[in-house]
Amino acid sequence: MKEKLSAFKLHKTPQLILFVAFVIVTSLALYFSQKSVISFLLLLSSLLFLYYMNLKNRTKWMIGLILLFILIPFASSGGPAFQSYMEVATMVGIYVSMALGLNIVVGMAGLLDMGFIAFFAVGAYAYSIFATPQASNFMPFGHYPLDGNSFWAFLIIGAIAAAITGVLIGVPVLRVKGDYLAIVTLGFGEIIRIVFNNSDSPINFTGGAMGIASVAHPKIFGYELSFPNQFYFVTLVILLFTLFAVLRLERSKLGRSWKAIRENEIAAQAMGIPLVKTKLMAFALGASFSGMMGVVFAAKQQFIDPTSFTLMESFTILVMVVLGGMGSVPGVILGAAVVTILNLQVLTELTNWVNQLNLSGVVSIPDALSPAKMQKFIFGALLIIFALYKTNGLIPAKNRVFDEKKLASDKSNSKDNDPKGNPMTTLKDKDSKEQTKIYS
Amino acid sequence: MLHEMIQSLPQVLIDGLTLGTVYAVVALGYTMVYGILQLINFAHGEIFMSGAFIGTAILIAFSSMGLLHSIPSILVVIIMLVVAAVLTGFLGMGIERVAYRPLRNAPRLIPLITAIGISFVLQDVVRFIAELAKGNYIITGPSLFTKQIHIPTSSISSVFHDSSFKTSFLLVLIIAIILMIALDFFVNKTKYGTAMRAVSLDRDTAALMSINVNKIISVTFFVGSALGGATGVLFAVQYGTIDPYIGFILGLKAFTAAVLGGIGNIRGAMLGGIILGILEMFAAANLSLLTGGVLGAEYKDVFAFAILILVLIFKPEGLLGKPVAEKV
Repeated sequence: MKEKLSAFKLHKTPQLILFVAFVIVTSLALYFSQKSVISFLLLLSSLLFLYYMNLKNRTKWMIGLILLFILIPFASSGGPAFQSYMEVATMVGIYVSMALGLNIVVGMAGLLDMGFIAFFAVGAYAYSIFATPQASNFMPFGHYPLDGNSFWAFLIIGAIAAAITGVLIGVPVLRVKGDYLAIVTLGFGEIIRIVFNNSDSPINFTGGAMGIASVAHPKIFGYELSFPNQFYFVTLVILLFTLFAVLRLERSKLGRSWKAIRENEIAAQAMGIPLVKTKLMAFALGASFSGMMGVVFAAKQQFIDPTSFTLMESFTILVMVVLGGMGSVPGVILGAAVVTILNLQVLTELTNWVNQLNLSGVVSIPDALSPAKMQKFIFGALLIIFALYKTNGLIPAKNRVFDEKKLASDKSNSKDNDPKGNPMTTLKDKDSKEQTKIYS
Repeated sequence: MLHEMIQSLPQVLIDGLTLGTVYAVVALGYTMVYGILQLINFAHGEIFMSGAFIGTAILIAFSSMGLLHSIPSILVVIIMLVVAAVLTGFLGMGIERVAYRPLRNAPRLIPLITAIGISFVLQDVVRFIAELAKGNYIITGPSLFTKQIHIPTSSISSVFHDSSFKTSFLLVLIIAIILMIALDFFVNKTKYGTAMRAVSLDRDTAALMSINVNKIISVTFFVGSALGGATGVLFAVQYGTIDPYIGFILGLKAFTAAVLGGIGNIRGAMLGGIILGILEMFAAANLSLLTGGVLGAEYKDVFAFAILILVLIFKPEGLLGKPVAEKV
């Protein structure tokens, strides 16, 4: 059995056939059923299978994009639950993007930020204030509300505003270390929420606890986006941009400096990494992705108030990162998707089911134990279990593996250019050649 | 403006002292654990909350049995305190055993994450026990010691207004002070206390001196958590209404108090707690007065966090702590 499995892992064709069959079955099931959460989840999980398949990266990306852009929206458009599927998918996109942002701060740079939702709030409020008459309360010039075309500009403005907030918070905060940092960011997250909650007097900036309602829908070429299936594509494009940026950053000089700081701050400093600047970059970049999604969130919900930005939300994003694997991009995507779907679909479905059971009198489960209220318990248990038994998360972070032979040949090439013949390189070359002999 | 501030000062001091002693005793739990393990026990606020619930449960049980009038109230409070302290003490030990001990050599981020997990689980477990038993997770127990005592502070000087307090204020103050003195004695004079200080100074060397480090850490957790639980009871007696989420923010503020006094320093935590309580009450009473109505009393939490941030930036060793050089 084990042999067969490992043989299966190596062969592309059977994998591909099985994968295609799986996708076809689930999408047909989704298309023809009235409302089938299970087939929707199975179709989404095909992306996970895709990740584990033995294919070239480029092919995987192609298949993944086709699934995301064409197949998933099309397959779920069959039944009346189309918009609710798209709503869930959009929320998954928003949370994945935020979790990727937090992953930069927590996973790569090792700075435990517990007030991350603050940046999301900054982005959301930036758009909502200007896309409603709210801004005319304090802006001396211009006509408000701005129309939906400004949404695209606000994606960038929201990102910048969040990044600036990140730096402003970071400058004082980064002087403290480790556990203290966690508490201080938590405090800042709460401060920002309390400030948003109370800045309705004497000048009404944010509408206070009432929040801001009827935020303008985004417009593109005069066409208004108002349905979840339209937001799905907006979110997807931004998410792909985020993903691209994060993947590039991870391998960049900056990304490697983050990891060095995470592993050992003092050693990293000794190697010439500017600590404060690098940490601030982590804060600012992580925050900017979150701020961008805040703008999308505000435009999608059309209504925001401070209760969307509580501590619990910050912890939810932290759970996503820890669950997926700190520092691991595919892991964090999986973690965010799992937690969001758990929150939005599985728990609500379970609650409905339990309520039905209660109504039909099969069993009587008290209201206190209804799954929708157990969110905290589940998150807490997940945090404990993963921290204790699976510290690296669902998909552990991998460092890039270098091929020893290739490095050695690169070195010998460079030796030819070096007339003196650096003794160190020759020695190493010899070693590595001997080693490869032994291994082969 | 100054006049109005001075007028309300006696009342602010009384309320601040009540809140401050609560912070101080909870801060002790943080500071003891931090001193010995260099770990912020995030779940400590939830232990405090559990203590408040256990105490209230006992109180409700007593009143439903009709015993509340036949037993003197002070005895009831003592029973509540002892039971809650013992139970939360064991709860704290259990938390250490399950969530922190296996991670003692892990990177420091990891136990912090389990601590958050534990605090979530405790919040939710308490919520559904309360909801199962009472139908609502916000619980109001029968009130004890409700007699209002007026102090004619205006007779001292006409600049003051009169102030008043419930008799439970005296109870909270006295019991909290007894707890603090007892702890100070325990840490400085007993054998266990000496061992505790040795472990917090240098764990490895302490182990070589035939101190059972794991046992001492357990004892620390027991004592710290028992203090937290007992304070929870005091809080429930003083304020009456409790819910499963009181622990988190209160815990954070108590942590602020511990940092303010110098984390790891037991007398510092007491001082920090009382200062923070008074400052917070002062802010709640006077913030809108001071800023001309721009910032209202709802910013008092911001005020506490702002103190935390300022202390961490400018005097990270706290008021009574000693600066530590970082070892490579």
